[in-house]
Parts: sequence; structure tokens; C-alpha cells
Amino acid sequence: MPEIELERYELFEAPSYRFEPEGRDFFQLQRRDFFKFLGGGLVLLLALDNSAAGQESGRGPAFRGDARPPELAAWMHIAEDGAITVYTGKTEVGQNIRTSLAQAVAEELRTPVQSIRLVMADTDLTPYDLGTFGSRSTPLMAPQMKKVGAAAREALIDLAAAKWKADRSSLTVAAGAVKNNASGESAGFGELTRGQKLLKTIDGASVTPATEWKLEGSSVTKVNAIDMVTGAHRYTPDLTRPGMLYGRVLRPPAFNAKLASFDSNQASAIPDVVIVRDGDFAGAVASDEMTLDKAIGAIKADWTSAPQQPSNNELFAYLKANWVAQRNDPNSGPSSSSIHGDIEQGLQAAAHKLEAAYTVAYIAHVPLEPRSAVAEWNNGKLTVWTGTQRPWGVQAGLAAAFKIPEDRVRVIVLDTGSAYGGKHTGEAAVEAARLAMAAGKPVKLVWSREEEFTWGYFRPAGVIDIRSGVSSDGLITAWEFHNYNSGPSAIETPYDIVNRSTQFHATESPLRQGSYRGLAATANHFARESHMDDLAATLAMDPLEFRLKNLKNDRLRAVLQAAAEKFGWAKAKSEPKRGFGIACGVEKGGYVATCAEISIVPSEFLGAEVAPPPPHVKIERVVTAFECGAVVNPEHLKNQIEGSIVMGIGGALFEAVEFSNGRILNSRLSKYRVPRFSDLPVIETVLVDRKDLPSAGAGETPIVGLAPAVGNAIFHATGTRIRSLPMTPRGFVQPL
Amino acid sequence: MELVVNQKHYRLVVNPDRRLLWVLRDELELTGAKYGCGEGQCGACTVLIDGAPIRSCLTRVSAVAGKQITTIEGLAQNGKLHPLQEAFIEADAMQCGYCTPGMILSGVSLLKKTPQPSEPEIRRALEGNVCRCGTYPRIIRAVQMAGANSGVQHA
Repeated sequence: MPEIELERYELFEAPSYRFEPEGRDFFQLQRRDFFKFLGGGLVLLLALDNSAAGQESGRGPAFRGDARPPELAAWMHIAEDGAITVYTGKTEVGQNIRTSLAQAVAEELRTPVQSIRLVMADTDLTPYDLGTFGSRSTPLMAPQMKKVGAAAREALIDLAAAKWKADRSSLTVAAGAVKNNASGESAGFGELTRGQKLLKTIDGASVTPATEWKLEGSSVTKVNAIDMVTGAHRYTPDLTRPGMLYGRVLRPPAFNAKLASFDSNQASAIPDVVIVRDGDFAGAVASDEMTLDKAIGAIKADWTSAPQQPSNNELFAYLKANWVAQRNDPNSGPSSSSIHGDIEQGLQAAAHKLEAAYTVAYIAHVPLEPRSAVAEWNNGKLTVWTGTQRPWGVQAGLAAAFKIPEDRVRVIVLDTGSAYGGKHTGEAAVEAARLAMAAGKPVKLVWSREEEFTWGYFRPAGVIDIRSGVSSDGLITAWEFHNYNSGPSAIETPYDIVNRSTQFHATESPLRQGSYRGLAATANHFARESHMDDLAATLAMDPLEFRLKNLKNDRLRAVLQAAAEKFGWAKAKSEPKRGFGIACGVEKGGYVATCAEISIVPSEFLGAEVAPPPPHVKIERVVTAFECGAVVNPEHLKNQIEGSIVMGIGGALFEAVEFSNGRILNSRLSKYRVPRFSDLPVIETVLVDRKDLPSAGAGETPIVGLAPAVGNAIFHATGTRIRSLPMTPRGFVQPL
Repeated sequence: MELVVNQKHYRLVVNPDRRLLWVLRDELELTGAKYGCGEGQCGACTVLIDGAPIRSCLTRVSAVAGKQITTIEGLAQNGKLHPLQEAFIEADAMQCGYCTPGMILSGVSLLKKTPQPSEPEIRRALEGNVCRCGTYPRIIRAVQMAGANSGVQHA
């Protein structure tokens, strides 16, 4: 399996605030060992065994015992009562890895999924982890879970063999117990671990191949579904701590504004209110939200006006202008290029040439749970609960902000109300911690929706230029692809083209930008697959036939053909106001093909005096075929594919962040439209299950085919090619 | 002020202008209703007032004093899940689960009025509830399943 490249836009940046607090004195964290903390039984430590896992895990805070091996990927404890607990640094944000990783362990331990408890993403309790992003949990963490599960199974067999003085070969494990097939004896896991203090470090184990899976590969129900439907699950904003107060930050009117003057006399006079100012950071703490409103409103602050900043109207020109200017600046961020063959020769050999520019807007993640944190200080140790995809990144950020060692910061991530790549940072954690320090009590801080739309970060905007040539018999002879700012994910064409040049140009971004579900793969697929359709149209070739003619990759061909068959592509003939489009792609080990049917819906008659609004594009039906190796949980995989399609509709048709001079103009749900029930097409999925291939992640890649498939369908219905995402923010407008 | 939440009576001294959402969450520790947008656009804060869904983030607590307030915590009866809660699990109609309480309560209200709703009826009734994870098809299926499976509606 090809190595998965880390996104270049994973947001690793300097702390958002620089505090200058008083010098503090801290006590040393008490050292402890596994058994002291966990109790007796069997503990398995999985040492790191390869470099891929090294990126994923490796540094080990947590149990700071001297005997602990320096680099661990995962650990598991089987208690004396048989309770099985597995520790992983991954976070659950709705992608269902709490379930799929439990499936992986349960499969190897031959025990029901319900008997596995996962402790996730707690910097004091679980192994270090780089972060939960990039569709890496399934290809990189699940195999580690399986190894530790398989090793535990073998260790349990050893214990049973010793207990019964039996031959190992006569022992089998099933349904959470070891059985001696010779004598008929049977013992549950707890019976075997009772009285033991057995610690084993393993560096590998042979795991069950997908062809023999019993639990993996089946649609196990989400393990904490009951908590979700009863309201029992506590997300970070639902958490309460003894004596806890509520906090809020005083926000500047625009990005890059600095606090010039600050008068909190009136605000501080409100009973039980604490006002904090530290550099450019200011905020309030109070006992309820109404008092907070009053306190923040009573602060008199002046902000320096920031320098003039670009608006979305001039965004694309700005992005293209600012990469050139910074070309030789080593601080301008990453750029990359890959060149094969000779573009000019390829263009000369072409019967038809095409040149086109595509744009993508900034869009917002809009996680329904806004960024939030609960922070408390106890004897100089800081504990923060926050919904982040990078708990150790947030830990490091907190340590840096407060100038304390990382081992005095504990970050705990409760299963979070979604992230989509938007929660790699820990702003709310730092803010809550600063307020809690001032208040001397635990503080909860939940960003408002407007803060969430403004002070997080966005999916990068970008411009993509393509130049291409095609022979009269339909072979692509030249392919030149430039991406400005949006990112290099899936930038390489999967088609077989001898003369090709692919370049990513980092630029200065007017808005803070970072990861997003699929990241630039959506933009790059939108440009590439729209352009492929235009090339096919130039030749009057069927778009599917044209793709297959230029494509050797068997896995991609297979999903293209699967989607086309399920959709009925052969019979799908576009007509005015009703169009059919197809697109395909590959990213992060997942292969996707999407077919879309759209209709152009006329606007409603609003009266003779009212100018009619433009018609709109309705996505009627979407068929997605997806292949990500061996399928771990078919129902959850379908759920992720459907969710990707729905989320993709927003970015394809109407989502865009509007901004001007350092201000976000549509920072509310009433102004920033996200997909709703009325936008929902008929969605069908085809899972191509390859039990002979390792499982890849699936939460991101299914999103990449939707926008180009819809754009192609619009083209085939109307003859209009829309080259900007979103395509119809104000309805479908026929060009003059 | 007296609030009747999930058939329990609470006597509270609160500012009558406070929004119901924060009173439920911060005073009564009923955190099933979620903050999502603060302007009635997302439906995460939905609770039932005398069986009808309202946006608790916009509703003054004084406006619902003495009325029957149902939150997600009060939906299961005697440890038995409401058919729609069962159907959400069965249909895998959630990912992160943050919208789920609001979705279920909106769905419960629909099922009470229209025990076997059509798909367009479900879409219309739930249009004000956002699931950013995009589980809409499964939510529709769950409401249909609950409508088809349960002769008796409660809550």
C-alpha cells in the first residue's frame, strides 16, 4: 500500500496567544506504574514496529514508569474480572472508529465487541498519537489494535496451558473464553488473569486475514449508540466540574487588530465577574451566560485598525499574484512539482487543445458542536477537556502558552460532535485555561456559532489552471496542472498520460486555512474531472468511454464501471433541464466513482412586479461506488459515503465564506447555507469489497467525486460549464 | 418559577428572560438539548412543549413555565426506549450524534401527528434540523421504521 502523505495544510502554527503570567512553582507529577494504576491482570504493550506507525504514535507520555519501553503504539489491559480495556490516542468525531477499532480487537481476541472498552485520546492514559486525520486510523491504527489483540489471545492460551498443564495445540479461544478441546475444560479471560501481574511487551503478532474475519467485515452497531439517542453522552460542552464557571473571550472587530485601550471598571463591578486581560487576550468569567453577556458588553475596548485586507471579490487574483511574489521566500510554505515527458511536444501532437481555469472558495467546517473546552488547574497541573483531533498538539500548545512542562498538562477528548478536519487546533483550550487560571475555578468556554465561523480556520481557497491536448482518437497527449493555494492532495492525475506536469504553488492566504474533509482532493478532482469531460465533449466521445480509454488503473476502472452499471449510465441521455454526469478519482488508498443526475428547477413565480430569481440546480440522484480494500463495517462505510455526498453538496453548489477587510460577512447559519433535508438526493452506494487488500480509511475520499459529477451533469443538461466552486451560490445563471 | 420537565416539577429562581436552553443545561443539568447556532437555524436545541417542537435557544424560560417540557432525557419510559430511539440505532442514523436529540424530538412530534408519514412529510417536518454529518437518508428511514413498527405512540 502506498504511503499516505500527510496533508500539507495540517495546521501546525504558533500559539494564538502569548501570555506573560507570574512565575509559578509546580510539583513533580507522581510516578506510577501500570499495575498500580490499572490493578492486576494482563497488560500487553505493543512496541512500535515500523516507520509508518512511528508517525502515528511513539512518544509516550502517560505512565511515566522507569520500566516502560520508550516507544509504544498501543496497550491493552485484561483485568482480573475479565474486563478488557484498550488504550489508543485516536479520537472519535463521528467517523465511528470507537466501533471499528473495537471490532479489530474483538476479532483477534475472539470475544464479543461489547466486551471491549476503548479509552481514547487522553494524554495521561493513552499512547501518544500524532492526530486523528488523513484517513489514517483504519490503515495504521487498526492493524496495531489487531496485533495487540492477537498477542493477548496467545498470552491467554499460555496462561490456560499452564493452568491446566495442557498442550497449547488443544486449546482454542472463542466467545470470550479459552477451551481445552481435549478435556472439555473452559475458562473465561478473567479466570485466567486473576492473581496475575503479567506485563508483556510485544513487537508484532500474526493477525487474522480478512478472508477469515468474523466480526470485522460485519455491520456491528455503533458501540455507544444508546448514549447518543438518549442524550446520555457528554460532549465537551455538556461537561460540568465542581465549582465550574463560564467564560467568554472579548473578540476584536477584525483579524489582526490589536488591543489599544481597555477599561473594565464597569464590567469588574458586576458581582461575581472576573475580567481578564493579558496582552491582546481579554475575556470574562461569570456564573451564567446572561451575566457573561452583560460583563463582555460592559468592557470598553479600543482596537487598532488592522491593515487593509483582501475581500472574497478579489480573492483569486490575490492568490495568483501572491505566489509569484513569494516564490523565492523560504517562508512562503511548501510548493511541489512533478514533471514527466514534454508538455510542449505533447501539445504539438494534439488534435485538440484546451485551456481552462477553475476556482474554489473558502468553506467552513461548521461542526455542529462548536469548539469548546473545560479547563481546571489543580496544584499547578492543568487538565483540559476539549474536542480536538490532535490532543498532543493541544497539550504542546497549552504547555507553550503557559510555559509549563507538557507532563503538567492533561488533555482529554470526549467523543466529539464532529470535526471534518476543522479541529486540529486548541484555541478554545488555551482560552478556557487562561480564564480558569484567573478565576481560580474550572471554566467552561463554548464558542458561539459566530466565533466558530470566524476564529477557527477554513478549507483553503484556490485557483487551478489546466492546459491539455488530446489526439483525434481520444488519447490525452499533454496535461499541465497548476494549483495555487488550495493544496496538493490528489493533485496527480490517475490517467495514463506521458507528457504531464503537475505543480502546487503555495501562496499567502488572506484567511487562516487548514485541513478539511478530503482537503484539496475535492478541488483537484473538480478541476481534473470537469476538464476530462470537456475533452470528451471536444471529441464528441462518451465521458465514461473517454475516461476508460485513458485509464489503466484496475481499481479505479472497477469502481467507474460499478458506478456506471448501478446508475444505468448507458441509458442516461441528458436533455435540457435534466443532465447526467460522471467523475472518478483516487485518494488516501480509496477509489471512488460518482454518477449524478440533476434537474434545473425553475424559480417560483413571486408576482408580476417581482423580478424572478434564477432557477436552481436540484441534485436528483447520486450513485457512488467506493473501494477501500477489505470493508471493516459495511453499514458504517455506507453511512460515511452518504455523509460525504451530503456534505459535498454544500461545497459543490452553495457554500462559500464571504469576507471583507478582515471580517467574515456570513458568520451565521442563517447566512451560510449548509445542506438540509430538502437538498437530499436519492443516494445509492456500491461497496467494492477487496478482502485481498488492506483496509484504507473511508471518511474523506467519497466526497471528491460529487462536485465534478454534478458539474458535468449541469454541463450536459445546459451546455454551460461552471468552473467555480460553489457552482450555483445564487441559483443557476445562464451565461450571456 | 415552576418548570415541568420530563414530568418532574422544578422550582427555580431564574431570570425570566433566560433562554430555556441554558436553564435546562446549566441549572437542571439536562444537557441533551444542544447549542448549535443560537438563532433557531439548526434544531440541535429542540425540545417539546406540550408535544410540539420548539427551539429552546430562542425561547424565554418564562414563556414555558408550567407547561409540559420534554427533553431527550425524558423520552424513554421505564427504561424502554421510544420506538424512534430504537429506530435511530437500527438505521445507524447518526455519526457524531450531536444533532440526534433534536432530530429525534422533531421526529417524535411528527409521528404523534402523523403516525405513518410519507418521505416528503418527514423532510418538511425536519427541514429545520441540521445534520452536518449528512445522515439525512438514515434519519428518514428511522422515522419511517418507527412509524411502521409502532402501533402505540407515547411521549
